[in-house]
Amino acid sequence: MSTLVIKDLHVAIDGKEILKGVNLTINTNEIHAIMGPNGTGKSTLASAIMGHPKYEVTSGSVELDGEDVLEMEVDERAKAGLFLAMQYPSEITGVTNADFLRSAINARRAEGEEISLMKFIRELDSKMEFLEMDVDMAQRYLNEGFSGGEKKRNEILQLMMLQPKFAILDEIDSGLDIDALKVVSKGINEMRGEGFGSLIITHYQRLLNYITPDHVHVMMQGRVVKSGGPELAQKLEAQGYDWIKEELGIEDETVGQEA
Amino acid sequence: MTVETKLALTEQDIRSFSEGNQEPSWMTELRLKALGELETLPMPTPDKTKITNWNFTEFPTHTVESNAYTSLEELPEEVKALVHAEEQKNIYIQRNNTPAFVSLSADLQAKGVIFTDIYTALREHSDLVQKYFMTDGVKVNEHKLTALHAALLNGGVFVYVPKNVVIEEPVQVIYLHDNDSASLFNHTLLVADENSAVTYVENYLSTVEKTTGQANIISEVIVKDNAKVTFGTVDVLAEGFTTYVNRRGVTSRDAVLEWALGMMNDSDTISENVTHLVGDNSEGHVKMVVVGRGKQKQNFTTKVIHWGKHTEGQILKHGVMKDEASSIFNGIGKIEFGATKSNAEQESRVLMLSEKARGDANPILLIDEDDVTAGHAASVGRVDPLQLYYLMSRGISKHEAERLVIHGFLAPVVNELPIEGVKKQLTEVIERKVR
Repeated sequence: MSTLVIKDLHVAIDGKEILKGVNLTINTNEIHAIMGPNGTGKSTLASAIMGHPKYEVTSGSVELDGEDVLEMEVDERAKAGLFLAMQYPSEITGVTNADFLRSAINARRAEGEEISLMKFIRELDSKMEFLEMDVDMAQRYLNEGFSGGEKKRNEILQLMMLQPKFAILDEIDSGLDIDALKVVSKGINEMRGEGFGSLIITHYQRLLNYITPDHVHVMMQGRVVKSGGPELAQKLEAQGYDWIKEELGIEDETVGQEA
Repeated sequence: MTVETKLALTEQDIRSFSEGNQEPSWMTELRLKALGELETLPMPTPDKTKITNWNFTEFPTHTVESNAYTSLEELPEEVKALVHAEEQKNIYIQRNNTPAFVSLSADLQAKGVIFTDIYTALREHSDLVQKYFMTDGVKVNEHKLTALHAALLNGGVFVYVPKNVVIEEPVQVIYLHDNDSASLFNHTLLVADENSAVTYVENYLSTVEKTTGQANIISEVIVKDNAKVTFGTVDVLAEGFTTYVNRRGVTSRDAVLEWALGMMNDSDTISENVTHLVGDNSEGHVKMVVVGRGKQKQNFTTKVIHWGKHTEGQILKHGVMKDEASSIFNGIGKIEFGATKSNAEQESRVLMLSEKARGDANPILLIDEDDVTAGHAASVGRVDPLQLYYLMSRGISKHEAERLVIHGFLAPVVNELPIEGVKKQLTEVIERKVR
């Protein structure tokens, strides 16, 4: 079993503090959902864990099986077992999806141990079929001209090909129609199991109808303000966030406001 | 302050060099006239690059002697790697200033194709060479560097494809530079007569790391009625040269000229590539890829001039600047009065990889005719840190991520190159240069 431990994490962007002490522990074989209205710091948490160049960790720690993640370069974090399905994946001209994925897989392997082309193609084909993706997507330039839905599927394709220990999914459901949402969920559920943990960031309960989380957390004002089981997500869906704000005496839940 | 441009070579030196090669008297006279005009002619003025302090005239020696090759087997490995087809039948290799190997298939010889070093051509095909040598393409007295070239010409090749002859396999020329005292005043003259077709590839390859000479190179490509020429280059000249390279094409009616230019020099370089679309309904397409590194300064002027009606001109160039390299990309589409229904398109893009790298893209359209279409796109930018972040977030190292972005940036041009061999060579050179 692997464990990702986030302790008292403070993160700033352009000198402005967004995360104000996030605590969270995720084990493999667990799926956590982070919910919360817009502007409460959810995506910042995802980006800071992965090492986005614009986000500055001002204090706190992130450890993966006792290793200091924040000391690692972005690629080292990935190789240590972290994966972030991004809300806005970059488009990269001239680099095909297939070449990119093969580079990413081989980056994890020692020299001389590279994945054989045949094996790679077999795996890619089967995963693309599973995600109901057009075969020509493999030879298209990475995310270039992809529709919103295609980009999200492509993130899940990468997830399935790279088999990380922990996947953070940053609003993977935004902009997806119901069919695409089902496919994306199918991919994540396929990953579910002993060696895999996930942190799903969303502000809709909808996704959680397809992926049942083990734990649900609510973020407001740059902190986790409430945690519970799957029933918490259902309550949020039925009643919204106001009852939490009332309970905690929060007037404006966005970052920058103090309780 | 300008650099001293007085030559160490005298009129007598030029005359004896020319006579020593048994050149026809018109060529000797042409050289001497050029030499005489040298002092009064102005330097070229590449837009946005100041070259007054560049040294184009000093070099250790005019010609060096090199051994020829008796078979392709003797070629150094780096050169062998360039000879793509194993049974490359049509190949000329020049080693520094020495014609070192030539081969032309019996079939093409029988069809009247001429493929020979420039000295042999001057001796054996004097009239034909005289008709095209620095007449319709580059003029001797255009500026100081063209005159210098004519006066000092010390190598090159002549390719003549007769009427109705279509050459299927690429014709290849390798200019090997393996002596650091050598200077290259090479002239490629390619004439494709009516209804003919040829794919020509020229490689400039330095196998010495640093050099002290001059590279003053002119290639003229004459494409007659309804002929098609695909002209590919991969230039890899060493640091230390001052490179002036002028590649010029002239198209007649219904002719097509495609340029595929891989500019991979490590030297300071002024490159001028001009295509005159003279005949109605002719086409000129330029695709150029550049990688600059070190402290290299380069200027790439690409110009397509539309004279004929219904002419089609296209310029597509992408460049990557590393380290402290700087490059100016001038793209000029000029449509002359009367060239109705013509179309001038261009796209220039420069990607800078470091803080100290510099790039500039200047798209220019000069249009003297109403009934035409034209368009341009240009961009200069740095590597997007979010692209690198995205790639790295999948476990790809920063270095490998940069490599992917660079190849990706150049791919839209490289993939469009019309010659497979050039595409492959270029990909390998790019790989070495961005490593």
